Amino acid sequence: MNSISIILYIVGAAFDLFGCLGLLRLPDVYNRLQSATKSVTLGTCSILLGLFIQYGFSATGIKALIAIPLLFFTSTVAAHALIRGSYKAGIDLWDKTVVDHYKEQNK
Amino acid sequence: MKQITLFIIMFLLWMGFSFSLEVANIIAGIFAALLTTIIFSNRFLTSWQKFYNPLRYFWLIIYIVIFVWECIKANFDVAYRVLSPKMPIKPGIVKVHSSLKTDIARVILANSITMTPGTITVDIIDSDLYIHWIYVKSDDPEYYTKKIIGRFETLLKRIFE
Repeated sequence: MNSISIILYIVGAAFDLFGCLGLLRLPDVYNRLQSATKSVTLGTCSILLGLFIQYGFSATGIKALIAIPLLFFTSTVAAHALIRGSYKAGIDLWDKTVVDHYKEQNK
Repeated sequence: MKQITLFIIMFLLWMGFSFSLEVANIIAGIFAALLTTIIFSNRFLTSWQKFYNPLRYFWLIIYIVIFVWECIKANFDVAYRVLSPKMPIKPGIVKVHSSLKTDIARVILANSITMTPGTITVDIIDSDLYIHWIYVKSDDPEYYTKKIIGRFETLLKRIFE
């Protein structure tokens, strides 16, 4: 049991790291949000799941388990609000962006 | 009946969070759940009957399994794009038409799309979703509609509609 949770911690930390790397490397705000919100959320969810496996059905474990859906809903809504807000604020897409169907809605 | 459903959900959430069976704790939980119910029962749960249909929970479990699998798969994909020195990305915003009718199903669909790495929902206008995609594989609307929402849509219809 302990080793499974340690593996989950390591995987979670690795995905958090990839998310931060993406934040540094990707070109514009939209692509950065992709990596910042998702890899990091999934990494954190993995750490919480590891916590649940380590502590089982105790106060700590159940709290970690409930935190997963909460994190899921809040971070998706935050990502959506940020990306919509930056589009409405007029931040340009990256030059190599291939399509933009959303432009027609904002004329 | 609507109020009772909301009360039960809130009370179970409280018990999960506090996780102790002391009398004082249960009384506090009843009061907190009651307060939430009084404030929010008019705005929440427009169709509470759906909570008592066990078949929906069955589909929900299948949905969660598929969703987690897709998440893991797509996460490796994004990790590869970020780590690879050439950075093979081809971003764009595509418009996808969804056939879901109820608001809650659309919200869950948009949230699922945002959580699967590579796609973020930018906006929902009626039944059209605008999705920022990190690697636009094809220009064909049918192909990308199937690729992005095809996996979730049929299951969400069974759960929420």
